Amino acid sequence: MKLTIPEEEVMGHGHLACQGCGGALAMRYTLKTLGRNTVLSVPACCWSVIDGPFPHSAVNIPVFHTAFEAAASTASGIKAGFEIQGKDVNVVAWAGDGGTYDIGIQALSGAAERNDDIFYICYDNEAYMNTGVQRSGSTPLKAWTTTTPVAHPKDRPKKDLISIMAAHRIPYIATASVAYPEDLTAKLEKAKNIKGTRFLLIFSPCPPGWKADPKNTIKLARLAVETKVFNLLEIENGLDWRITKKIRKPKPVIEYLKLQGRFRHLTEDDVSLIQENVEKEWNILMNKVGE
Amino acid sequence: MPEKTEKQIVFDKVKDTPPLAVSLYTMDYNKTGSWRNVRPVIDYEKCTGCMTCWKFCPEPAIDAEKYEEDGKEKYKPVIDYEYCKGCGICWVECPVEGAIYTEEEGE
Repeated sequence: MKLTIPEEEVMGHGHLACQGCGGALAMRYTLKTLGRNTVLSVPACCWSVIDGPFPHSAVNIPVFHTAFEAAASTASGIKAGFEIQGKDVNVVAWAGDGGTYDIGIQALSGAAERNDDIFYICYDNEAYMNTGVQRSGSTPLKAWTTTTPVAHPKDRPKKDLISIMAAHRIPYIATASVAYPEDLTAKLEKAKNIKGTRFLLIFSPCPPGWKADPKNTIKLARLAVETKVFNLLEIENGLDWRITKKIRKPKPVIEYLKLQGRFRHLTEDDVSLIQENVEKEWNILMNKVGE
Repeated sequence: MPEKTEKQIVFDKVKDTPPLAVSLYTMDYNKTGSWRNVRPVIDYEKCTGCMTCWKFCPEPAIDAEKYEEDGKEKYKPVIDYEYCKGCGICWVECPVEGAIYTEEEGE
């Protein structure tokens, strides 16, 4: 049988990710596709720890550890330096959801508005996992985190970052999931040949933060797509929306929720509220896709 | 390119450190196999070589070993127990029943 994703391993073993880490898997797929001709700009996020302590590094390519809010602007600067030297290098800003949805959004918006020739990849684990599971703009409705305890679970839905990025009219935006590596690598392969800011959101389950079993990482990522909680799509030039993984028979959202301890406190009303919200978001998305 | 070494580098004094905080070595010294509670084992009698386990390993602690059979290139997954953290993703995702089973560490 043939391998469905590139064979070469760029990321090495011995890194400090937890068991069953979705973020580590996202990095592995990304580096497999982009290859060794890549430089990373990593703000404060799980990956600033996973990479390992100085002078060791697990990714085997240059990494620039930068401040929390500055992933995109650091990547823009690195790319400008390479352009002056006449080198064609993939510069990737690699941030978690805290450094993208909340703290890093002004640098990201600036880079996107200038249409700097960088990749911005956000691995979305839906809270500030590195510092101990605090609520972020990406945390879904009714989820438990340490700053939204069971008595007061999050009362706002997840921020629609993809629409914010689409409003910048950048050449390429895509969402991907670690459960669909072929889809992820195909999108990156496509993005490689596009000039300008390319934004990718990778859905990466976090077993300790979601209070889920590490062995269910891929299962959870797949269920999120099958229940329409997270949709796989790509957007060209901010206007041309396209669903890349069509779900014919969506599963009820409870199948995704019941595997996670962060949703254990939910009542039946809460579950139907989440289901309603998923349907509403899906209809909004369908209007944009035009189907 | 970092040097391939399993040695852990520790600088005694500040003046021993390089002038820039660059990465010099890989993380290979960190044998994460010691984190493991449950050990996945591949039953090669049942394994079809679909490489799903290799594809979903976050470490990566499963190597794709290439071999030739009847003039065709084939792959075989081999678990690297020095680095496998025992998350169990390969066990859950394996499409063939019983091709990967788990046992308690230390048995």
